[in-house]
Amino acid sequence: MASRIVTFDLGGREVEVMVRPMTTLQSVLRNQLGFTATKDGCRQGGCGSCTVLVNGQPMLSCLLPVEDVAGQRVTTLESITPAEGLHPIQQAFLDAHASQCGYCTPGMVMVSKALLDHDPAPTDDAIRHALTGNICRCTGYRPIVTAVHSAAEAVHDAADAMRGSAGERAR
Amino acid sequence: MARLRGTGMAAVNYPTGMNLGGDPSQALIHATTSGSFVVSLSATDLGQGLKTVIGQIAAETLGVEFGEIVVDTADTDTGPHDMGTFASRATHRVGNAVIAAATEARQALLDVASEELEAAVEDLEIDGHGNLMVKGVPSRSVRVADIAALAQFKYGRTIAGRGSYMKPKSIVDPETGAMDPDSTEAHACTVAEVEVDTETGEVTVLSIRSAYEVGRQVNPALVAGQIEGGAWMGMSHALYETTAPYYPAVDHSPRDFSEYLMPGTLEMPIVESVILEMPSSNGPYGVKGLGEMTANSPIPAIVNAIYHATGVRIDELPVTPEKILRGLDAMAHASS
Repeated sequence: MASRIVTFDLGGREVEVMVRPMTTLQSVLRNQLGFTATKDGCRQGGCGSCTVLVNGQPMLSCLLPVEDVAGQRVTTLESITPAEGLHPIQQAFLDAHASQCGYCTPGMVMVSKALLDHDPAPTDDAIRHALTGNICRCTGYRPIVTAVHSAAEAVHDAADAMRGSAGERAR
Repeated sequence: MARLRGTGMAAVNYPTGMNLGGDPSQALIHATTSGSFVVSLSATDLGQGLKTVIGQIAAETLGVEFGEIVVDTADTDTGPHDMGTFASRATHRVGNAVIAAATEARQALLDVASEELEAAVEDLEIDGHGNLMVKGVPSRSVRVADIAALAQFKYGRTIAGRGSYMKPKSIVDPETGAMDPDSTEAHACTVAEVEVDTETGEVTVLSIRSAYEVGRQVNPALVAGQIEGGAWMGMSHALYETTAPYYPAVDHSPRDFSEYLMPGTLEMPIVESVILEMPSSNGPYGVKGLGEMTANSPIPAIVNAIYHATGVRIDELPVTPEKILRGLDAMAHASS
């Protein structure tokens, strides 16, 4: 079958790629676009290291034909990392020493982002359930769960500060 | 049918390094014109943090900030020789080599500074923050970075150092059997609590609590990370991980992450540790090796806790629900 052109939104920018049928989003991100934060752990949906957000929902990019995201909104770790400094979730992972070799971290951060967008104050149980599809071989998981808790607080505090300054301006 | 609780204990003495035919690590350090120092190694950082602790050790020895150290590892085509990252040897062996290299580089730096400041080397000091000065004369202070630049553009010198550390091969005394196979030993003791479901044979690990005697900690956060990750690995080996089939057919064996069992976020017990620091006599700043031992004592501690809970003594890993149920059946038959 012939290649075809697929366009989608990647972190707020429209990208256009030419692909063979059934080329995965993971392969397009890493090999065609050079977005290598999305990791390549197992290529069969078993490890979670390739997790990206599609329209805000966590998806395994290794199981996703890129044609399925045509016209959709794709968010990777690169998309949420500010030009200066770190996203609050990244900072929380750093502070909690929640990565050692670091290979699982991008997937963990993206799942955590989707969780906190959906549930800004998750319980311990909700965090653990959200992360069940992501394998970490180094940390023992507890530091990651701790990081998500503190990220939730940081995001909450930042939102409070935003509301506060908006209130100032309103007055 | 019941859920039975038990507590088990296990202790470990763990050697740093092993008895190879001579076990060397080498390191080279040089200053760049901007005053940063490059540490060249062939040892590998596996994620345990070798580059971080080596950067700390080099910075401490040179007297500069940690951020001024660039650790360049793991190219055996171009780096100085190293036996590798294994046997909990890297921080000990490489750290000693880096201290030797940094000491030589520091001397080269002081030699240039001595000429530039017109002061004897013995009268110079480096403050740990990248400032080099005549002792007791704060006005005669220069940046290490400036001396590094002057060395190259004014004096035509290198600021560099070579370091090697080798544990010689130890031969067994044929009369007594005595030998000296390792450099130092770290110690730990782990207490595990489990709950065993006698209907399903499933084991829930409730807690893994340990005391670790690890020598001097170069980086306490990395030490804590190794111990907590190691507790997870130990639990995983005790209860889940195997490449062998659970049933006698090869195609039943795990082929991928979906089938190769490991504990995840829902299985993690409470993991707590206390650290005791008893510096070794021969490690860099008193270091002992820590990495591999952290996955050791949790395994027998969990197996002993299962025995305490159920009376079933299992001596083959992993402890699957099937082994526990067969053990319980055998006990019931023996008593009836």
